[in-house]
Amino acid sequence: MKIKKFLYSQKAAPYVFVLPFILSFLIFWVYPLCSTIAMSFQNIKPTGIEWIGFKNYSKLLADKVFHTAVLNSFQYMLLSLVLLIPFPMLYAVLMDSRLVKAKGLWKALLYLPALTSVVISGTLFRLMFSEYHTGQMNVLMDLLGLASQKWLKVKATGLGALIVLCCWRWTGVNMLYFLSGLKSIDGSLYEAADIDGASAIQKFKFITIPLLKPTTIYVLTISVYAGLAMFLESFMLWAGNASPNNIGLTIVGYLYRRGIEKNQLGYASAVGLILLIIALIINVIQLALNGTFKKEDK
Amino acid sequence: MNKTVSSLKPGVSMKRKIGSLLATAWFAFLGCIVIFPVFAGLLASFRPGTELIRKGLSINLDVSTMTLGNYTYLFSGNADSVKYFNWFKNSMVLTLVTVALTLMICFFIAYGLTMYDFKLKNLLFFLVIATMMVPFEILMLPLYQEMISLKLIDSAAGVILPGLCAASTIFFFRQYLTTMPKELLDAGRIDGATEYGICVKIMLPITKPAFAAMAILCAMGSWNNMLWPMLVFRSADKFTLPIGLNTLLTPYGNNYDVLIAGSMFGIIPIFVIFLMFQSYFIDGMTTGAVKG
Repeated sequence: MKIKKFLYSQKAAPYVFVLPFILSFLIFWVYPLCSTIAMSFQNIKPTGIEWIGFKNYSKLLADKVFHTAVLNSFQYMLLSLVLLIPFPMLYAVLMDSRLVKAKGLWKALLYLPALTSVVISGTLFRLMFSEYHTGQMNVLMDLLGLASQKWLKVKATGLGALIVLCCWRWTGVNMLYFLSGLKSIDGSLYEAADIDGASAIQKFKFITIPLLKPTTIYVLTISVYAGLAMFLESFMLWAGNASPNNIGLTIVGYLYRRGIEKNQLGYASAVGLILLIIALIINVIQLALNGTFKKEDK
Repeated sequence: MNKTVSSLKPGVSMKRKIGSLLATAWFAFLGCIVIFPVFAGLLASFRPGTELIRKGLSINLDVSTMTLGNYTYLFSGNADSVKYFNWFKNSMVLTLVTVALTLMICFFIAYGLTMYDFKLKNLLFFLVIATMMVPFEILMLPLYQEMISLKLIDSAAGVILPGLCAASTIFFFRQYLTTMPKELLDAGRIDGATEYGICVKIMLPITKPAFAAMAILCAMGSWNNMLWPMLVFRSADKFTLPIGLNTLLTPYGNNYDVLIAGSMFGIIPIFVIFLMFQSYFIDGMTTGAVKG
């Protein structure tokens, strides 16, 4: 009875409410994170565990295939930032203006790809980038008077296909993020600028971009993470984790290959932790450059 | 504002009309590009799968050679059809259970973090945010090991449990709940309601719009989720739609018939939900972005 009374008290109630989070945090976050850190210093064999210090890491630093994977992930991430921040921002500004008619239709259309699962979109794009002359991209090349390409067998075009897939899926989503950011900007600022005779470009530069900053930081952060951790898109585009000369191999793809396909848990854990370190460093640099720490230390 | 300007100056009005035409045309162009792969896939679903393997995704508008063959095959009730609808059912059940559990649990967590002042409050909220900083892909390997030792591998529980306390969902509910008047709690207490009674009977009903928004986003994520279910599920009869479709990706046999028709049919549930609740969708996904 005493316990029941305590559980119903105002003091205990918040802890009861957050208990699932504490449990889940410990079981499904702290434990796996610690265990992957520990595993990265181990050589795990069916016969037993052997602590090997930093050997997994030193091996990894000399691993050419890992270098390829890191390079691929970085190229993909950077290209996705270049294409998936300015353009969606511009589209959102256009959508927010009175220039565009039938907005609802275009918003829904641009969002449609995000609804398809990566299996479906990856398969569709693999077939479009087929090397046969009847594949859609080669038909397009033909129309432009260019030669057919073996899209998914060459590094540059393979990466291109990945980026096209990425833009196809996320342009609409990012546009919606920016649109909601624009909605929070006070309209009177633009009116004041109009009175001062500011041009559309000046308004964009001095009002829209600075005030969209929180949204931009948010989109930038999730794009950096999603870009670096990209795996399934490549997995589906090449119908499996193997691509010719590893042109589609990403860091997570390599983690999957070593950890799941080859069962080298220690080595794969090291791959994962290097990815985590890279992601955190980029995130901290990015937030520092944007001055987030200065504003929000409470 | 723009209207007053244009009514004052006829030249500006003309310019504006051209601008409007160009901007709309640009979005129409983008819309066409975006819809194209889905459209091409839809066209291809009316042709034999062997054609896909031989020719890639090509546009062939010749209606006379189209057939409903893939779809009649998909609905025929034969072995492939049974397999496909089993995946479909698995995805449905998994999505419903995931959405229901995730929303309830995340709501309670967010409620605890918002409505009370207690010692660990700020620390806990910081930890919620911290979990977002580690990509799931890094944890999937140790989690997979953990699921094996917990005997949760190849079970729906193994798929659902690790994702239940989704940080983004907790964050969203918290944003929503901070706008709610805390006086309601005291009013409830005076009326003799228990802390949990207040939460479920007073606060939960007025949080319904947030539930709607999150339900849709969460359903979409779960319906299309692939990586983690692919690791956890081992027996073919438990596969969800994305994993099942993925197993059809062999260049041999006539699997592409089921693959292309099944893929197109598999978009329908989530597409219907999207069209029905479009405004909730947008609310749900953009809250995090505005508040930064």
